[in-house]
Amino acid sequence: MFSNFLIWFVIVPIIMMAGLACCGNGNMKAIRTVMVTCSTVLLGMAIWLVCEFLRLRGAGDTSEMLFQGSWMWYEPLNIHLAVGVDGISVLMLLLSAIIVFAGTFASWKINPLPKNFFLWFALLSTGVFGFFISIDMFTMFMFYEVALIPMYLLIGVWGTGRKEYSAMKLTLMLMGGSAFLMLGLLGIYWHSAPEGGELTWNILQIAHNNSIDPTWQNMLFCFTFVGFGVLGAMFPFHTWSPDGHACAPTAVSMLHAGVLMKLGGYGCFRIAIYLLPSAAQELSWIFIILTGISIVYGAFSACVQTDLKYINAYSSVSHCGMVLFAILMLNQTAMTGGILQMLSHGLMTALFFALIGMIYGRTHTRDIRQMGGMMKIMPYLGVCYMIAGFASLGLPGMSGFVAEMTIFFGAFENSDLFHRIFVIAATTSIVITAVYILRVVGKLILGPVQDEHHLQLTDASWWERLSTATLILCLAGIGFFPNWINETIQQSFVPIINALNTAI
Amino acid sequence: MDYSQFGAMLPELIILGVFFVVLLWDVFGGESARKALTPLTTILFGLATVAIWILPSSNIAAFGGMYVDDMACKTMKAILNVGVFIVLLQSAKWVESDQVAIRKGEFYELMLVTLFGMYLMISARHFLLFVIGLESASLPLAAMVAFNKRHYESHEAAFKYIITAVFSSAVLLMGLSFVYAFSGGSLYFNDIAAAVIGEESGLLVCALAFVIAGIGFKLSLVPFHLWTADVYQGAPTAVTSYLSVISKGSAAFAFFVIFVQAFGTLYSALWEWMMYAVIIATITVGNLFAIRQKNMKRFMAFSSISQAGYIMLGVMTESALGLGSMMYYIFVYIVSNLAVFSVISAIENKTGKLSMDDYDGLHKTNPWLSFAMTLAMFSLAGIPPFAGFFSKFLIFTSVTASNSMALYMLVLIALINTIISLYYYLLVVKAIWINPGEAKVESFKSDGSQRVALWICVAGIILFGLVSSIYQYCIDSATNLIML
Repeated sequence: MFSNFLIWFVIVPIIMMAGLACCGNGNMKAIRTVMVTCSTVLLGMAIWLVCEFLRLRGAGDTSEMLFQGSWMWYEPLNIHLAVGVDGISVLMLLLSAIIVFAGTFASWKINPLPKNFFLWFALLSTGVFGFFISIDMFTMFMFYEVALIPMYLLIGVWGTGRKEYSAMKLTLMLMGGSAFLMLGLLGIYWHSAPEGGELTWNILQIAHNNSIDPTWQNMLFCFTFVGFGVLGAMFPFHTWSPDGHACAPTAVSMLHAGVLMKLGGYGCFRIAIYLLPSAAQELSWIFIILTGISIVYGAFSACVQTDLKYINAYSSVSHCGMVLFAILMLNQTAMTGGILQMLSHGLMTALFFALIGMIYGRTHTRDIRQMGGMMKIMPYLGVCYMIAGFASLGLPGMSGFVAEMTIFFGAFENSDLFHRIFVIAATTSIVITAVYILRVVGKLILGPVQDEHHLQLTDASWWERLSTATLILCLAGIGFFPNWINETIQQSFVPIINALNTAI
Repeated sequence: MDYSQFGAMLPELIILGVFFVVLLWDVFGGESARKALTPLTTILFGLATVAIWILPSSNIAAFGGMYVDDMACKTMKAILNVGVFIVLLQSAKWVESDQVAIRKGEFYELMLVTLFGMYLMISARHFLLFVIGLESASLPLAAMVAFNKRHYESHEAAFKYIITAVFSSAVLLMGLSFVYAFSGGSLYFNDIAAAVIGEESGLLVCALAFVIAGIGFKLSLVPFHLWTADVYQGAPTAVTSYLSVISKGSAAFAFFVIFVQAFGTLYSALWEWMMYAVIIATITVGNLFAIRQKNMKRFMAFSSISQAGYIMLGVMTESALGLGSMMYYIFVYIVSNLAVFSVISAIENKTGKLSMDDYDGLHKTNPWLSFAMTLAMFSLAGIPPFAGFFSKFLIFTSVTASNSMALYMLVLIALINTIISLYYYLLVVKAIWINPGEAKVESFKSDGSQRVALWICVAGIILFGLVSSIYQYCIDSATNLIML
């Protein structure tokens, strides 16, 4: 079991938790050592995994999932601990590792109870990594919930503002989503094999069996898609997201917007669409309407906010809506764009929230009406904020452009009127995004200094520079060299597209 | 009469043995010997528990099939035993307190007698034996509830308990007399099962309703739950924890055995729908009332009502998978609930505080208790990677096995209820970790046995889910019952 490389993505965070548990409560040095070591190891593992994955694919290994491993867990129900990765999950693991790495540095001076903070933080990362390596529905669901619950304490204890309310709302809504999800998964399991066959939780096997009859598919599709859609901030289940993000501490916002919301999108295509293809064909229109609303509504809401975190939270609703929208287009190009958007949004939002955290740590306000002239006061952070903004509005050369272009190209392949209308509506979000981003940049970064006291503030320290630089490098990396990522993702969609085509 | 048949009742004999040793020691031992009563009972009972776990399983029927001891029954008894052992550990401090110390022998004796009654309930395959078990499990409990004899609430609770217990027995006996009429003069489960095939008369519906109501009182299923909160609040904390896990667990086991063995042939026709309604009501009402409770014991009372609803889901399946999942669920429920009660009683013994408001800022003064309480709450709410998640997931999975739409809807309602329950369990977590202000409970060191109890519970919460062989064991032994 331990010879499988993927399982270490779960074991390392557990070691991290054990290490933290041994640290003294106020011993910042020991805590930081453990966190930095482990998150660096995770990042290294993720990079190595990508290289190895590309090498194996290059060497002609065409199996659907690589690094597969499967160990029996609950025999009476045929539950396995099964792992495997394709191109998409490899990239998601890399994204998570980058953000965990950056998040560690972004919460360098967390207070109070630093040890407990990092313990829950590590548990959250365990869940995230575990989710992306799982190919067994049970373990996937388990890790999904493992990633959700630490949010309650992370926001409730270390958050700001109306933290108790937001933390409770977020937890209950996400758990509500997972209740629907669980029912969907149970339904899939009990139909996973043709009459008399061995029932299984393994995603690849279920897709191979393809034995769920269409009426059941329709019901289960709604349950699973709504379940994952709640986490993907799909309208009208998005209301936890602005409150949650606004109250969460920096690193948690980063991890949550950057990675956790991606769990929703990832689950949507990996389980809802891949396992229930005929229902996806039939019912995608309902969710296209909902995600279309998310995109436009999120963008408009962001325009009128004055709190920096709320602006980004609503922009996340819009961008994550785009991810689900792309996936629902059910063709390879748009879905590839959806994954690119996940990566791009993950990095970009993490950068945004890190910057907001740093600015807030200095000015103690997040209201854009009370701040200004950041370019003069802290030029490094100002420039970073502008870069993040440009990535968000899709400037060529940044990852946002690549992702959105691909999505809309793919979306236009659906030539019926319904799709056209919604695609055109969704494209307007690009313009609206420009409005709110430029508004913030103009006021906050380039505008006149609003508060005399702000002139004394210092620019970024080394750990802040490290954390932001890592993210910017990745953003530009995707923007300039999208090709290899594109190919990796496209290959991975082949089985899903095949499933969709055979379902008709 | 062939007295060798008593040999078949080995688990019962072991418990009786412990009972007599404790009784004689208590009566004839001097003042100094009596000091050793607590460790003596704990150790003897620990040995008995080990003995019952490792006893070879022998499918024995005695007294013409009135009594059966098979692997399923043995596992159920062993699970209950583990719970009682933890209760003994966590109450060790309380029984030494001023007003109780002089009567602590009685406490142990009463507890062992009720446990003996529960054993009979599980092993009975004849309603006469079942009723004997039920009575000897209920009546001494009333005395235990009244154990704080100088407390007014304790009396009130005992009074409420005895009245409901007697009343529910009466209802049950009424139902049994109808059943007796149906089966042509036999109270053997087998005979009843054979007699009621295909019957759908009004009399039988009445009989079933009465039987469900009679046992439902013990399980505090809604609408037979009204005594629960007051009794839980008034009883000494050790007795409350005993009531909430052991008494409830044994009644659930007995319920399953009766409904599969005696009324299984009637399943889909009649009692499925009664249970359907009762389960939904139990889970929902328990949850909704728990939200507003501030007293921790009342809070746990309503929480345990809703948990009983989840346990009853296992009955709906009427399969080995369901029974196994139910046993596993109860086992996990025992450790999670007892962890909560260990913390509650530790704080109560030290400070006398029982309100949720007193838990504000507990993590500043008592980090370990806070940690244990948080894990226990997560486990009760069904959050992975703690055991409660696995037990809930597995029981839901077993319910949906038949792929009937009605059962999917039942699971959906139960799932939505887990969100409500998550809310109030998180209120405790919130009080401990998030609520501002100074801690209201000063820092203290809980005593040794209590800490051991808590450690056992925490280890159970963390390991039971990850180690799948426990579930496997439950399923294996459950298979045994169904095949009989």
